[in-house]
Amino acid sequence: MGKSENELTWKEIEVGGIVTEPGNASQYKTGDWRSQKPTYDFNKCIKCGMCQIFCPEGCINQNEEGYFVADLFYCKGCGICAHECPTFVITMKEEE
Amino acid sequence: MENCTIYVPKLITKKENFAPGHRACIGCGEALAVRLAFKAIGQNVIVVNATGCVEIFTSQMPYTSWRVPWIHTLFENTAAVASGIESARKAMVRKGIIEDKNTKIVAIGGDGATIDIGLQALSGAMERGHDFLYICFDNEAYMNTGIQRSSATPFGASTTTSPAGKESIGQFAWKKDMPGIAVAHNIPYVATANPSYPFDLMEKVKKGLEAKGPAYIQILSACPTGWGCAGELSVKIGRLAAKTGVFPLYEVENGKYRITVDFPKLLPITDYTGLQKRFRHLSPEMLEQIQQKVTEKYEEIKEKAEMSARCGQTGTEE
Amino acid sequence: MSKRVGIEVSIALADVVGMANTDVVAAYPITPQTHIVEHLAELVADGELDAEYIPVESEHSAMSACMGSAAAGARTFTATAGQGLELMHECLYVASAMRLPIVMAVANRALSAPISVWGDHSDVMACRDTGWIQIFTENGQEVVDIALCAFRIAEDNNVLLPTMVHLDGFHLSHVIEPIMMPEQSQVDAFLPPNKYPFFLDPARPQAMGDFAPPAIYTETKWAQEVNLQKSKETILKAWKEFAEIFGREYKPVESYRCDDAKILLLTMGSYSETAMTAIDAMREKAECENVGLLRLRLWRPFPTDELRKAIENADVLIILDRALSFGSAGGPVGMEIKSALYDVSKKPKIVNFVGGLGGRDITVGNFEELIKKGIDIAENGSENEFEIYGVRE
Repeated sequence: MGKSENELTWKEIEVGGIVTEPGNASQYKTGDWRSQKPTYDFNKCIKCGMCQIFCPEGCINQNEEGYFVADLFYCKGCGICAHECPTFVITMKEEE
Repeated sequence: MENCTIYVPKLITKKENFAPGHRACIGCGEALAVRLAFKAIGQNVIVVNATGCVEIFTSQMPYTSWRVPWIHTLFENTAAVASGIESARKAMVRKGIIEDKNTKIVAIGGDGATIDIGLQALSGAMERGHDFLYICFDNEAYMNTGIQRSSATPFGASTTTSPAGKESIGQFAWKKDMPGIAVAHNIPYVATANPSYPFDLMEKVKKGLEAKGPAYIQILSACPTGWGCAGELSVKIGRLAAKTGVFPLYEVENGKYRITVDFPKLLPITDYTGLQKRFRHLSPEMLEQIQQKVTEKYEEIKEKAEMSARCGQTGTEE
Repeated sequence: MSKRVGIEVSIALADVVGMANTDVVAAYPITPQTHIVEHLAELVADGELDAEYIPVESEHSAMSACMGSAAAGARTFTATAGQGLELMHECLYVASAMRLPIVMAVANRALSAPISVWGDHSDVMACRDTGWIQIFTENGQEVVDIALCAFRIAEDNNVLLPTMVHLDGFHLSHVIEPIMMPEQSQVDAFLPPNKYPFFLDPARPQAMGDFAPPAIYTETKWAQEVNLQKSKETILKAWKEFAEIFGREYKPVESYRCDDAKILLLTMGSYSETAMTAIDAMREKAECENVGLLRLRLWRPFPTDELRKAIENADVLIILDRALSFGSAGGPVGMEIKSALYDVSKKPKIVNFVGGLGGRDITVGNFEELIKKGIDIAENGSENEFEIYGVRE
């Protein structure tokens, strides 16, 4: 992981402030933002993938059993997946 | 839910060219729209981004959410920068400096950056016929700077610079018809899209990329923060924008109109406006006025589509 | 063997941009730069220059397209003047901060209002802080030579900074001068192909133009400043290489008859040549036997060391500005030079004139008068911080 904006010296900044590591913002834990998180009742899941399509973070992935689960490192708890799921698999619960 | 099937996971690429960990608001419709568009665009692209929400939440130094080459310079010049890149690569390929890998140029900007301050640059780029795709992510105000009105703000919406008050109904002008302006430039492809209809959106983005010359797509991007609704409703509100006819989904290929997602009977606009705080202040009379205008505009698009169908096949001319 | 030809300076400039095998020209017409961009369009239309010519819809878009083009790795050129330079003003800062090698010729023109298409330096003086390398020219030969050097300097991987070539509007852009046009082989020997290391490429994704929170903005700006100051090394190196191939040498501060001079006049741009004639005349007439001329060629990065050396033995330095800096303590060049010399213990008395605004001519006779007035003020003082020359009272 590279230095943050508070640590970089003027000599270490790339020419023109160019960022040469693509997608390095994925180190940022947006999961800390949420106040509610998705919980799942996979008995109802038909593996349609609509939750994965509609997630603004793009953090929903299929696990080994083929069920779609949000990566809690990034999940902001917006609730779109719960709202769009056609079979009501997902319920948003308050974070402890 | 039109166009969705249980085969969704197999139909679209899993690759995220727009990495999670970006700093968009919770439930951001624009982030969703960008993510879907870039699933259709792929990796062989150079992205030019205007100042605005997407640019800010994806590019805090020294990080980037982008996994494709990306450049941001200023607010109003996205189409001009894209013109420069397109011309440069054309010259460099012709002179043998780089290989022709059919790399696409995609310019993205918000409604403010496109329809207000960036209109000149976009008009110039379209007139000159540069081969690029311009996508306007339309959240209907200057959201990044705090919800100020733009010319894409719908009539009657309350924003911070067109606030509803004792002497004001909010936004006092009707939404500028930017797709119409794009069509008037005689470019090969113009479309409107909505992330609530993801397959329609992705198909249109693909068509825009393949069009030879300038292509313009305006994507309605629900903004829970600015529109005043819960984050979880972004997709639902987008869907209602289509089902009420407020934001019709159509494409124009070489001047021929086609409605791509049509509804036998439009829902009343109050189904849409009722969910958003920015319309909460509107009187029944105002709402009726808006309803009439929405119906009228939708009929206009339908007529154009019918006329295009009567005049012959739609489709890109080779 | 190159031949000396009589050619309009704008045309010669466009020709040399063509000989440099420029890839992209993005330009918007504005008097008095029009002949440059017109001739470039002709070269492209006739197939003499293989380039993409983007006839943009404004100067802001011209510089924006240039930024895109340079970021894509192409050799990029544009030209503008006066109001055009002002319209692209916000872009100038971005081009230099993002380290994009662009060459721009500026046919220096007075700024509105009132609208004036004629030459002075108000447009360039408004761009002092933009972070571009800026070089002045005095005659047609210099325009051609410095334009060629500009590509060499801007694109050098130790520099990577956009570069302005300043030529006086009408006084230089529209005159026919005897110019030794370079041979293509000489250009090829002097100017290597553009190898911008960060060109946008899907094979190597990168992000250009991130935003900087307060924690890091200072560092990016200091890095930019250090690089601009350091670019002088490459500028001098390029000028030395140029001299070896073309036989003409350029310096950051040029001098004329300064070896024994106690009174120095300092000018920038095309009327330096008129000033030289005036100095010759005054020496011949024995009106002023120890007068010499300094010309500031390198404007940014400012040549502090060379300037301090040049004024070592002078008693009086008369500076002629060609722009006003409204509400300030002098003309822009006058103030910068006073500031550069402040810490020098032995320095000449400085008299600052502003003249030649909006295309107003300064003749040989005017220069002689100005020098005499300057000497008088140096001796007897003045109630003004600076003098306006030639205004009808």
